[in-house]
Amino acid sequence: MRTFLRPALAAIIIFSVLTGIIYPALVTVIAQVAFPSQANGSLIEQAGVQRGSALVGQQFDQAGYFWGRLSATGPVPYNAAASSGSNYGPLNPSLAEAVQARIDALKAADPSNQLPIPVDLVTASASGLDPEISPAAASYQVQRVATARGLTPSQIQQLVEQHTSQPTLGILGEPRVNVLQLNMALDQIKALD
Amino acid sequence: MISNIIIQIGSFLLVLLACVIPLGRYMAKVYGETPPMQRVFGPIERLIYRLLGIDAKTEMNWKHYAVALLGFNGLGLLLLYGLQRIQVWLPLNPQQLPAISADSAFNTAASFVSNTNWQGYAGETTMSYLTQMLGLTVQNFVSAATGMAVLIGLIRGITRRSSSTIGNFWVDLTRSTLYILLPLALTLSLVLVSQGVVQTFNASQTVELLQPIGNADGQTISQQTIALGPAASQIAIKQLGTNGGGFFNVNSAHPLENPTPLSNLFELLSIVLIPAALCYTFGIMVGDKRQGWAILATMTIILLGFTALAVGAEQAGNPLYQKLGVDDHASALQAGGNMEGKETRFGIVNSALWATVTTAASNGSVNSMHDSYTPLGGLAPMVLMQLGEVVFGGVGSGLYGMLIFAIITVFVAGLMVGRTPEYLGKKIEAFEMKMAALIILIPCVTTLLITAIAVSSDAGKATVFNSGAHGFSEVLYAATSAANNNGSAFAGLGANTPFYNTWLGIAMLVSRFWLIVPTLAIAGGLANKKLIPQSAGTLPTHTPLFVGLLIGVVLIVGALTFIPALALGPIVEHLLMSL
Repeated sequence: MRTFLRPALAAIIIFSVLTGIIYPALVTVIAQVAFPSQANGSLIEQAGVQRGSALVGQQFDQAGYFWGRLSATGPVPYNAAASSGSNYGPLNPSLAEAVQARIDALKAADPSNQLPIPVDLVTASASGLDPEISPAAASYQVQRVATARGLTPSQIQQLVEQHTSQPTLGILGEPRVNVLQLNMALDQIKALD
Repeated sequence: MISNIIIQIGSFLLVLLACVIPLGRYMAKVYGETPPMQRVFGPIERLIYRLLGIDAKTEMNWKHYAVALLGFNGLGLLLLYGLQRIQVWLPLNPQQLPAISADSAFNTAASFVSNTNWQGYAGETTMSYLTQMLGLTVQNFVSAATGMAVLIGLIRGITRRSSSTIGNFWVDLTRSTLYILLPLALTLSLVLVSQGVVQTFNASQTVELLQPIGNADGQTISQQTIALGPAASQIAIKQLGTNGGGFFNVNSAHPLENPTPLSNLFELLSIVLIPAALCYTFGIMVGDKRQGWAILATMTIILLGFTALAVGAEQAGNPLYQKLGVDDHASALQAGGNMEGKETRFGIVNSALWATVTTAASNGSVNSMHDSYTPLGGLAPMVLMQLGEVVFGGVGSGLYGMLIFAIITVFVAGLMVGRTPEYLGKKIEAFEMKMAALIILIPCVTTLLITAIAVSSDAGKATVFNSGAHGFSEVLYAATSAANNNGSAFAGLGANTPFYNTWLGIAMLVSRFWLIVPTLAIAGGLANKKLIPQSAGTLPTHTPLFVGLLIGVVLIVGALTFIPALALGPIVEHLLMSL
């Protein structure tokens, strides 16, 4: 028995030190030196105030801001301390209710808009923290944001295009618009009343 | 749209195949007489052996190999359990998270030691940084290395003649960790940090919201708290080691765990990188690379079939959206389809591709919420797990599982023509067949038994989230995931209860270690045998015919076992959805 217990005990200790302490510590040191911004959450600072992370979405429901995906985190949407999806199955009545509620909210904020609503604007993201929407979902909101801010739609559309990322190398992933950065750029042009 | 599907899936497959040969060749050297890169790793390796107090040249028979493996994993289980129970008094706990309950700690310990990495808990609100590193990350490494060690033991059993030993467990464990997993994980974690995956020991960061929001009680919330932590180092090994237990609750759907399409490609590749390359290693070690390619072809064909099903079903979407006048068509400006539970940057293709890759391999990390998939989109990952995690499967465990299926296949083919079956020059006899039958049956029985217990008990039904057929799917998915050491979930199911923690914990341990022991027994049995010369009646095991037979056996065993259960869940749900 001893011939097995001794190496087993020693092995669990050695590998704990090697992979549980030395390895993460080494990665942390290199990461903090080589990529300090990314390693600490890609935070956006404005006039000495931490405004958010470029990678983490925030909740918007005023007409003058672009709205992001639905977020199923609790107790408030976009709670970045407790990520969560809705986990609604496709036939769950709560899914239909959530979609309908979002449609109603979008229509109430922009009654004259007759365009069909893009699907990512009425569905909850997997993380509840999705920072982005599709270019289609941004286009749908341009008129509303322009009216609320007293700007022209073409000004807004131009800003949307500046904040649109194309698929990486032209092939990987999907085209998308970062909502928080777009809204910060809007505030830069003309603050909301 | 079709072109987008082909480009996304094609680029993934191309990069994967490009890595298979160099990594496969490197790993074959690592397990050989003279491992590569001696100058870097040699001194560390020898130091480890000295501290273990072992002689690396002394080999073990299969029983000693199994005892060493079980002893090491047993101690790992105790240590991880203990660490979770006392984390509140230990350092590196900036959020001051409390100790974890007994049932949850048992479930998590079983989960990570068995390479399942089912998460009954939410990472950022449960586990201290110390537990994540010293507990979970360590098991991410050594449970993967354990699987690789068993595989190498089995391959030695196949290649050796009249030998009583199959290698030294400590050597195989050490080399897997030191030469393969650590360098790959170090590289990958830095690539991930460059993309925006966090790696810090600082506590959560509080930021001022651009637009303050009201909560349910009518108060105004003006701040957001962003959970951080040493995530990249753990994510790298959770992908490479087919572990899958994420740093954050939503795993690789979290933008700080998988922020860009590029990080997504690297994480996706890492899931199948080692399992795919091990096929080539196998080919080298048995002295016939065609044998490895045949196995890799089998795995790839099955995977692509199910990927097509999942991508098709998710892109076709949920009829609900069109009924409500929502635009769910794919275009240059949007992914369209069933976007509930998916991230914008991944869209449909990279979400559904990930769902099938992570369940074909026994990884179980997710970048979208499987619970919100369409019925057929959710069926694909479920079936891939039910095939026994042999389509790429876990590192090591997937290939040894597939080799067991190869043995069953030569047996079935032998029955057809009335010859004693043989595989790679070794006669397959009653003992091997009994062990192989055990290995195939245990996960099937465990899956169905636990599903039956759960749906017929109040404790099991109490935490089902969705109603009707989908609720049954949640339970079936959980039992399947645990009993095949995958770890992904239909996450609506409230699994952090004493009932599920206990039953799923037992399932994970049973189908990990009760399969490892008979696999090692087969290794020992085969090592003992003489090589028999090939004859005209030998069934070649590198041909398209054999690949076809092997695919047939894997699919038929899976289908015969699980179609009735699937009919009660996703199949009936699909029929209801199209009403």
